[in-house]
Amino acid sequence: MVWQRSRPRLDKDNRAFWTGGAEGKLNIARCGDCGGFIHPPREICRFCLSENVAPFAVSGAGVVDTYTVNHQAWAKDMEVPFVIARVRLDDAPGVYLTTNIVNCPVDAVDIDDPVQVVFEEQDGIWFPLFEKVA
Amino acid sequence: MAQEAYITGLGMSEVGVRLARSPLGLTVDAVREAIADAGLTLDQIDGVATYPGKMQSFLGFSPISSDDLIETLGLKTRWHIGAAEATAQLGAIAEAANAVKAGLARHILCFRTVYEAGALARPEEFPPLERRKDVTGNSQWVSPFGAFSAANWTAQFAMRHMKRYGLTREQLAQVALNDHANAALNPRAIVKKPLTMDDYMSARMISTPFCLYDCDRFTDCSTVVIVSAGDALDEIKTVPIRLAASAGSVERYSWDQAEWASAYPTGRDLWKNTDYKAKDVDTVQFYDGFAFQPITWLEGLGFCDVGEGGRFLEGGKRIARDGELPMNTGGGQLGWGRLHGFGFAYEAVVQLRGEGGARQIPGDPKVAIATSGGGPMAAALLLTKD
Repeated sequence: MVWQRSRPRLDKDNRAFWTGGAEGKLNIARCGDCGGFIHPPREICRFCLSENVAPFAVSGAGVVDTYTVNHQAWAKDMEVPFVIARVRLDDAPGVYLTTNIVNCPVDAVDIDDPVQVVFEEQDGIWFPLFEKVA
Repeated sequence: MAQEAYITGLGMSEVGVRLARSPLGLTVDAVREAIADAGLTLDQIDGVATYPGKMQSFLGFSPISSDDLIETLGLKTRWHIGAAEATAQLGAIAEAANAVKAGLARHILCFRTVYEAGALARPEEFPPLERRKDVTGNSQWVSPFGAFSAANWTAQFAMRHMKRYGLTREQLAQVALNDHANAALNPRAIVKKPLTMDDYMSARMISTPFCLYDCDRFTDCSTVVIVSAGDALDEIKTVPIRLAASAGSVERYSWDQAEWASAYPTGRDLWKNTDYKAKDVDTVQFYDGFAFQPITWLEGLGFCDVGEGGRFLEGGKRIARDGELPMNTGGGQLGWGRLHGFGFAYEAVVQLRGEGGARQIPGDPKVAIATSGGGPMAAALLLTKD
């Protein structure tokens, strides 16, 4: 995909998620007390209200929870079709990421397919995308 | 005896795409009609409720706020709300019902004005939403991946339903076919003629499994309902329709972290707030900005088991006007237009009053449900003539 992706406004909660790819890391906020993962990231744990929350690099492995093949060019430079998916992360229970499944034909994606993170950088943001694992 | 709340007046502006009339003009048109319908005058109105009210968004999505209307009409109000953070669109009406029950107002104008089509045609007056930089909130988790539209978010729920429960496109099509058939009998609907299965199957894809006919389209309109207190009904000339119960439950307020839409907990909880049962319901007006959403309401409210919504729609007979559960009798958002939630309350009242004309369902309907919202937002109203 060559289109210009929407650029999130970085803040203290989301910076580790959107920039971790520079070091090859998929960072998900995690509670240092109860071990729960908090996504979207916030400074307070949604399970135990601890404020001991910090980014935690997960493996980047997951499965396709669900997906859709988008055929509508919502912006002029958007090349269609492409796959929008929700990926369930293997080692961050309860966390889903909306993302794209890339490097395969759009009709090769199905629910429960194993996938692995790959990063695409644009203007200092490292977007976590996923590709199918053989 | 506790105070009750009733819908006593209905009003609607012209409905269309890229209308010349301003959003404020449309809103006042709808207010005039609702006041005349109820038999009230403006000086009897002492409350205003809207969804959502002014917010940081595309101006066509919510061009008129509660204070705009109070100022324009010269109202003296005792209570008002812009329900942006309420349960969903119809949450504004549920809040108005709570206000009259609490004695905070007697007659509340509830309105939803949408002007997304007209606004797109006039970008200098209604600047387009910036989707490309500095995105925050829910948008930052979806729009970087091209999932700009709720069509993309809702489509993923539908794809899971297909995989897990066997929902088919032929079953999904019944929502659009039913909407078009009913809209063709509704003089105010933007759709004027029925849709065939061939039309549906040959339409272009938007976001699988949704084709063009599974998605509502931007519409310009204002819809008004008046909510009145039970002890003010002697001032009203219409058949009052009681707001018997409401619900708006949420388990995750994040579009892509919830397994299913909030229609499920909201549907379950509506029945905790009333003695009525699903079997008592004569007609349902289910939010259908996207064709999958009525399936979540059918299942969430218990009209069928979870996973059976597609088979409930199969062939379309059960949801037709002469079926066991007439659905979206005014055409829904796929046929009437994207009135954004309030059209469902409006049509429920039309049917319970028996004023549906060519689209009136048979018998003497006494109990209706109106819902709004998809994803994490959900509101349900139970309306009765009793």
